[in-house]
Amino acid sequence: MSASLRNFLITRILLTIPMVLILITMVFIIMRVLPGDPIRSQLGPKISEAQANELRERLGLNRPLYQQYFDFLWKMIRLDFGTALTQGERPIKDELGERLPATLELTIPSMLFTATFGILLGAFAAKNRKKPIDFAIRLFSIVIYSIPIFFMGLIFQIIFSVRLPILPLAGRMNTLLLTSFKPITNFYVIDSILTGNWPALGSALAHLVMPSVTLGLALTGVYIRLTRINMIEMLQSDFITAGRARGLPEPRLVYRHALRNTFIPIMTLIGLEFAILLAGAVLTETTFSWPGMGRYLVERIQLRDYTAVQATIGVFALFVGLITLVMDVLYAFIDPRIRY
Amino acid sequence: MNDRDEILVRIRDLSVTYHTRLGPVSAVDHVSFDIRRGEILGLVGESGCGKSTLGKALLRMIAPPAEITGGQILFEGEDILTFDERRLRDFRGRKASMIFQDPMTSLNPVQRVEDHLVEAVEVHEQKVDRANVLERVATLIERLGIQKRRIHDYPHQLSGGMRQRVMIGLGLVLNANLIIADEATTSLDVIVEAKLVDQLREIRDQYGVSILVITHNIALVAEIADRVAVMYAGHLVEMGSVYQIFDHPLHPYTRGLLRSVPSIKLDDQEELYKMAGEPPNLTHPPSGCRFHPRCPDRMGLCSQSQPQLREVAPGHWVQCWLYQDHPEKESPTLEVTE
Ligand SMILES: Nc1ncnc2c1ncn2[C@@H]1O[C@H](COP(=O)(O)OP(=O)(O)O)[C@@H](O)[C@H]1O
Ligand SMILES: [Mg+2]
Repeated sequence: MSASLRNFLITRILLTIPMVLILITMVFIIMRVLPGDPIRSQLGPKISEAQANELRERLGLNRPLYQQYFDFLWKMIRLDFGTALTQGERPIKDELGERLPATLELTIPSMLFTATFGILLGAFAAKNRKKPIDFAIRLFSIVIYSIPIFFMGLIFQIIFSVRLPILPLAGRMNTLLLTSFKPITNFYVIDSILTGNWPALGSALAHLVMPSVTLGLALTGVYIRLTRINMIEMLQSDFITAGRARGLPEPRLVYRHALRNTFIPIMTLIGLEFAILLAGAVLTETTFSWPGMGRYLVERIQLRDYTAVQATIGVFALFVGLITLVMDVLYAFIDPRIRY
Repeated sequence: MNDRDEILVRIRDLSVTYHTRLGPVSAVDHVSFDIRRGEILGLVGESGCGKSTLGKALLRMIAPPAEITGGQILFEGEDILTFDERRLRDFRGRKASMIFQDPMTSLNPVQRVEDHLVEAVEVHEQKVDRANVLERVATLIERLGIQKRRIHDYPHQLSGGMRQRVMIGLGLVLNANLIIADEATTSLDVIVEAKLVDQLREIRDQYGVSILVITHNIALVAEIADRVAVMYAGHLVEMGSVYQIFDHPLHPYTRGLLRSVPSIKLDDQEELYKMAGEPPNLTHPPSGCRFHPRCPDRMGLCSQSQPQLREVAPGHWVQCWLYQDHPEKESPTLEVTE
């Protein structure tokens, strides 16, 4: 690793700290400016003032704002989110410990699916620009982009679970198998491999197909279009012409030289899209009864579980920060010009 | 040198047309000339005269909206216009290669210098021994005056001059016989440009390649070329040895180009000449001789009939009515003695 690359990495990792601080601060502010008193909404209108004050004190909401802020900051940094206000008042850390792996198990395959499928289709369309296949791919990208996730999910459910029942309708695993299943990491695919539970693995994978393809397809349209546009520009650049002038084969020029350079703008998209992917996960998880972070957030918002909502949004924010860091690092490895 | 007189490329009646919304643009119109083995041929003319189009046509790098509409390009006797894709790819790189104007953009930004060169060899030569190739590449890079360790650099880490030398290396690594340098020194500063010019000559001497130097800068041609071809509005208007062109320019366009070069003599009080007008729009080229609207020596005939490219002295060709007979010509034909 060159010195400039090392410097870049150190700088970039240090930069993540203020970024995460800003994100956490924003979560804090949003939670405070939201209308409605969390305590009242939680305990209902009939409780006594004393009871309300007791809960306020327990949550530290009676203290000055700046103290609340630093308290919150310190807790987020230590990943200590307190306990939920509803549903058995379990520690939020434990609850998210189950939910976050579920969401990641859904989003990571979606991401891989959408990136590979979208980028390859986009590159292929660019290579065959203005030919029928290009128009077909573009039409496809617009159509899948404009179909709402829950609608697409519903259509898939009707086709693949109801009409020709080859895939499970919802959930993460067959309920019968679930009784004997021992989660370790809460990534069901990993856990079933770790415990050598092959029927569980099959079931986990089968349950994963529809939700991840649905979520993946929803984002593929953007990838196709972005890749196509960038590739068309890249294919007209001088170094491609120069490569052609020294007799490099066309597939090599397209899929190696041009595509590798096109990855650079696309990497940025992957980072940004991950945030959108998490938002998409909320809808997908609801459609497929997938017990992940997204559904957790929706449930707790409905229950007005103040601490759980605050912690979930905080974790989402940390995650987006982490992903952009990872993307920037990958970016630096791909593009030798990005060294500070 | 007998070798130098051997002809490498014969271009015959070559025409290239751009199909644009405003109609066809005949950017190269029935151009014929030869490139000899081991010579440096300067192709000169104002911007928009069709030089780049001609250069690209020599590698058959003409893609829609442009089209080669006629003629032949005989490279070592074989017409490259009849090659199929596979032979064409083999021809590009192995036989001929090209250097472009902008050294910043003509190398792949995410590929190291070495990988560019190795790739060229691996694509073109079957069953290569990698260690052997690396050795060959390293030797070549050093001969081009680039330190061996720079071979692991990315293009953005090199200077403009070095990048152009890498481009030259990409032509040489496969022992191509022809290198086309399209404005290859234009974006470099004067000192780097002078170095690259020296280097091109050295390379020609060492490797015996033919180099087609395309430029709008006639002073550069004087420095580097053995022979010169002058292009105007898609036509080849004059061609000859560098001495013939600079000491006895015949075509009024060539004379105009030469007069507009600034002289460095301090006592030279003559004001810098600027040729009147601009190259024509090639969707509607002027009738007759395409230069006639700007020509100081034009005659009535010039707007009506197009002159032929004629050899008026050994090796000196010109396309101008001043040096050709015609029944309707008003003035006597000029005799050329050199
Ligand atoms: N892509 C293009 N589309 C249409 N016309 C073009 C295109 N490229 C070049 N031309 C026309 O072809 C002529 C020759 O251009 P070019 O070969 O680039 O000239 P030069 O290299 O001498 O400056 C010009 O008149 C220009 O307008
Ligand atoms: Mg040009």
